Amino acid sequence: MLYFSVPLGKLVRRVSRLRGGGSALPGLVVEKIDPGFMQRTLSTLPLGVAVVSGTNGKTTTTKMVVELLESQGLKVFTNRTGSNFTRGVAAALLGDVDWRGRLDADIAVLELDEAHAVHFVNRVPPRYSLLLNVLRDQLDRFGEIDKTAQLLQHIASKTTGTVVLNREDPRVARIADTLDGPEVRYFGLDDSLLSTFPNDDDLRAGPGSPVPALPAKPHADVVLRRVGTDDADFEYDGGTVTTGMKLRGVYNIFNAAAALVLARCIAGNGATPTDHDGLLKALSRVAPAFGRGESLVVDGLPLDLVLVKNPSGFRLGLKSFPAGGYATMVAINDNYADGRDMSWLWDVEFDSLREGGVDQLTGSRAYDMALRLQYDDVAIGAVNPEIAPALAAFIQGAKGKPKRIFCTYTAMLAIRRELSKITTVEVVS
Amino acid sequence: MSKGTIRVLQLYPRDMNIYGDWGNALVLQQRLRWHGYTPELLEYNVGDEFPADVDLIVGGGGQDSGQLVIQDDLLSRESTLKELAETDTPMLLICGMYQLFGRFFKTRTGSVIPGIGVLDVETHGTDERLIGNVSVSSPEFGDILGYENHSGQTTLGPGVRPLGATPKGTGNNSKDGQEGARYRNIVASYLHGSLLPKNPAIADFLIRTAVERKYGSFTPGAPDDHYATLAREHAAKRPR
Repeated sequence: MLYFSVPLGKLVRRVSRLRGGGSALPGLVVEKIDPGFMQRTLSTLPLGVAVVSGTNGKTTTTKMVVELLESQGLKVFTNRTGSNFTRGVAAALLGDVDWRGRLDADIAVLELDEAHAVHFVNRVPPRYSLLLNVLRDQLDRFGEIDKTAQLLQHIASKTTGTVVLNREDPRVARIADTLDGPEVRYFGLDDSLLSTFPNDDDLRAGPGSPVPALPAKPHADVVLRRVGTDDADFEYDGGTVTTGMKLRGVYNIFNAAAALVLARCIAGNGATPTDHDGLLKALSRVAPAFGRGESLVVDGLPLDLVLVKNPSGFRLGLKSFPAGGYATMVAINDNYADGRDMSWLWDVEFDSLREGGVDQLTGSRAYDMALRLQYDDVAIGAVNPEIAPALAAFIQGAKGKPKRIFCTYTAMLAIRRELSKITTVEVVS
Repeated sequence: MSKGTIRVLQLYPRDMNIYGDWGNALVLQQRLRWHGYTPELLEYNVGDEFPADVDLIVGGGGQDSGQLVIQDDLLSRESTLKELAETDTPMLLICGMYQLFGRFFKTRTGSVIPGIGVLDVETHGTDERLIGNVSVSSPEFGDILGYENHSGQTTLGPGVRPLGATPKGTGNNSKDGQEGARYRNIVASYLHGSLLPKNPAIADFLIRTAVERKYGSFTPGAPDDHYATLAREHAAKRPR
């Protein structure tokens, strides 16, 4: 079985890529004929497996951790965008192993969807896990956010080495109380920045209404102290360092603190001592992942894509990228990968778009978005649920202006596809 | 010049607002303005003093944990809320608040969470989660569009009538094809999405009854429902 499962899987992978197919099929084939393939291959890694999960920011955070570890001279295997399911991990492994099934890497850093991570960790207990947040996302899949928190708790409970938790997210921080095996580390945020992270429980708490008492915060290994326009201050090891940042958006930079904690844990356990300057240098160079605050160039001017998929994310997006001087488009789809439920649009305030208005609305739920903006007194240019003509009209109508598009996941994929016809769009394999 | 002030109270927005229920309060506020009235938005959370002179009440859905947090406080307000209901105060109760305004919620494990009994309904927790886009055909409001996400299943007693039947989606429970409950000026429903933006007929019913109750008669304005109509048409075409 072992002898031909890898070559066969690789063959399926080649054929399916030639056909322009997705990443899951070869993973499915190898899982069927050789169910132990993933576990066996990953268990050979000297530094084990690190899992990154949470509702928001997995892709960019995973990318950061990978680049930080590579700056320390480690060989890292990772799963790229769109394959954060068990089957996708197997498919990604097929691409990286040699014909005899050997993986040349020190560690695997894997982005895993909350629900699929549960199955994955049952088969491959990770040495490290990094749990980012539990935002009100994907309620149509999980029903309740408390349920999502339970999924993350399960990942933590299967972790053999170190669990890295978000000190500022009560549902994530609370996971520490349920663990007795793994070591727990935290990343944190300066109190002055907390207000920029409206948590879902506070969305509608009015001023003056009593706030439930919070327990004292645990010590965090890395704390984000300040976010500037293109730099940030992190505190760790008793000192504060300032580093340049290519990433934009407070939430991305907060996740940089998470990536630093995990990378420091892993590199600290490796053969070579941690090179802190190298880590910071690598951090300052990390570019946003696929569609997450990407800046492209159209007609010689920037076009920013901001991925939005839940109320906190949309609020942060609006806060992080001021509307002034920009032409704005919003693209809202309600396909499975976006979440079918549109309720969350009503928990975002759009006042910040009032001044300039929104030039174009598109996506399968463009009219829901129009209705939402109407109730916030935001002027609307045009509405067209079809993405291709809407994008063309937006670009045509906004000549001479930088542009920004807030989009859900599948809308982002469609927009990138259209943009690739007129500009160079980063290609992710 | 304003035709008058209407005080809209949100019940437990801190703990019972998980499905965009804020949208319902926002819509009432804006439509009151569009109809020429002045909205005054109030909120009531656990431990607050209950405001006087409330004209319209909205309550939302929460997680099971949110329901536990508000349970005792809600029971302590039973007589106030019953009196408001019996004197025809319009109320919109979504999901969790719909359940707790009923007689009881019996959980899957058999424990009984008492409700305040404003509505003659009872709810039983199940392992089945009812999730997806819904359309309801209502004799009173026409087609109602929204989204449901609940595991509690509600059965209506003779003291209430259903809001409508569900050609798409499940509604109150997986058995009788009915959605929501109507009693006096109360509209109770499992639909969010939020309910009111895409269903202005219900918003205007709540506004009209609030104004009539307070001022004797209602003179409507002319809100622009162009986008609401298009959003409804598109929502009706989306798969479950």
